[in-house]
Amino acid sequence: MTTDELALDLRELHKSFRTPAGTVRAVDGLDLAVRPGEVVAFLGPNGAGKTTTIDLVLGLATPDSGTVRVLGHEPSDAIAHGRVSAVMQTGGLLKDLTVRETLELTASFYGTPWAVGPALERAGLADAAGRRVGSCSGGQQQRLRFALALLPDPDLLILDEPTTGMDVAGRRDFWNAIRADAAQGRTILFATHYLEEADAYADRIVLLSHGKVVADGTAAQVRAVASGRVVSAVLDAPATDDELAALPGVDHVERRGDRVQLHTRTSDELARLLLTTTGAHDLEITSLGLEQAFLTLTSDDAAPVAPPAPATDRSASTAGSLR
Amino acid sequence: MTTTATTTPAVRTAPRTSLWQPVYLRTELRRLARNRRTVIFTLVMPPVFFLLFGTQSAYGTQSVGNGNVTAYVMISMALYGAMLATTAGGAGVSIERAQGWSRQLRLTPLRPAAYVLTKVVSALVFALASVVVTCAVGLVSGAHLSTRALVLGALIAWVGSAVFAAFGLFMGYVLPAENVMQILGPVLALMAFAGGLFVPIDGGVFATIAKFIPTYGLAELTRAPLLGTAPNVWAYVNVLGWGLVFVVGAARRFRRDTARV
Repeated sequence: MTTDELALDLRELHKSFRTPAGTVRAVDGLDLAVRPGEVVAFLGPNGAGKTTTIDLVLGLATPDSGTVRVLGHEPSDAIAHGRVSAVMQTGGLLKDLTVRETLELTASFYGTPWAVGPALERAGLADAAGRRVGSCSGGQQQRLRFALALLPDPDLLILDEPTTGMDVAGRRDFWNAIRADAAQGRTILFATHYLEEADAYADRIVLLSHGKVVADGTAAQVRAVASGRVVSAVLDAPATDDELAALPGVDHVERRGDRVQLHTRTSDELARLLLTTTGAHDLEITSLGLEQAFLTLTSDDAAPVAPPAPATDRSASTAGSLR
Repeated sequence: MTTTATTTPAVRTAPRTSLWQPVYLRTELRRLARNRRTVIFTLVMPPVFFLLFGTQSAYGTQSVGNGNVTAYVMISMALYGAMLATTAGGAGVSIERAQGWSRQLRLTPLRPAAYVLTKVVSALVFALASVVVTCAVGLVSGAHLSTRALVLGALIAWVGSAVFAAFGLFMGYVLPAENVMQILGPVLALMAFAGGLFVPIDGGVFATIAKFIPTYGLAELTRAPLLGTAPNVWAYVNVLGWGLVFVVGAARRFRRDTARV
């Protein structure tokens, strides 16, 4: 099993928090298997359980039930062995140290002082090495966190919403550094609530909602769903779902009272068709947000909305399944 | 990137990291030395206060126990500086927790005990520096005392100041702000006055109040070798009592904080 060892193996994870408003089930029966070399995006709205799951993976929190294995180890062992490292959202830096001092200090914990120079280069911080952390831009601080995470040369790199609060240029520079790193074959799991980031940088997207995995597929599959639109209208003549589904470009049909909702990726053509050849009226076109995409993916009668994933050696068991 | 194997070697050596972290200790000392406020509080203010309060010519000739009054002020200011150093060190821990540094450290192989040890040692190094600087200035400015009184007094000031590391840690949690020392500095000065550290308090209601001030006990113990008299029992009660309050308070806050992190 050694060559087949999973980078990340989460089973039946549960984690609840007590708040004044009651118990919050942050992670509620989450299963996930990540193979070595995958670049996985954890996509979901705020409160979906992304950060809690990452805390469980890193051993910063302990699950109420379920198991976490990181490269076959307990999280704390994986951390102690330097096999997993993480870029957290905010904080965690001493403002009065320079960039280089922060790296040298952290490298001393890993016993890898030689890794400081290469980490500076790969994070694009060579010019800022002598600068105090407190006077670095948000983007530079985030690239410093990335450089710190590179020091142990981890097998698994975890990033928790790494570009929150960064401007467009900073975000681009940051992802360029990550992409260069991913190209070397490192396993990467990043949380984000930007669909574009997941789309551009991950080869597998895991959608989280209410602490569960609600969809798991390739970027192409998720994009197809999330880029769709809903054309809804009131029909003056009754039509069956099958008749509606047979209209060109219709992926999926739902009914809300006297309105029909047609999911499509060719909304203009469908709207033109409905208005010119049928008695449909009160027509509305709305874009399908991520939340809507989740619902479409998880509703029991959801039609297969995306083409099957191209079969590769690793996607056969993971990326192809839309749960 | 989907089909390439990971480039990482299959076998890794992972020695259990040492409690003794010289690079971290060096970095901490550099941070302290770089912090102008810390340097002023611990290395400049105590000897300056000594020069202001302890060097009147009358003090040089007035003798107390095994030395002169100038030495009495010197030993008191040495303790004051050590207290400032350890308080700042303790407060630094809670500030670092609030800033997420402790969380960042938990993502490295560094052991929590090594973190605490490094912070304690660096605070004690600065406390020792403060004691040494104040005593050096004192000895060249007219303080006379027996070697035994000097060594014992300096040692008690240094080791006893560790109680205030717990005070700083506790206060750092109660008042979590980056500039918490701007509050704790004046608070310590007030306590030093009220507890008879700056000026001895003889008799009256203030002397009674002084016995309940956290600086009182350590001041009495530190000056005992110079005075050549056994400290009164209230000094021990004071140090143990406040020590317990600070340690329990800090430990409770610390545990609650750790559970959350």
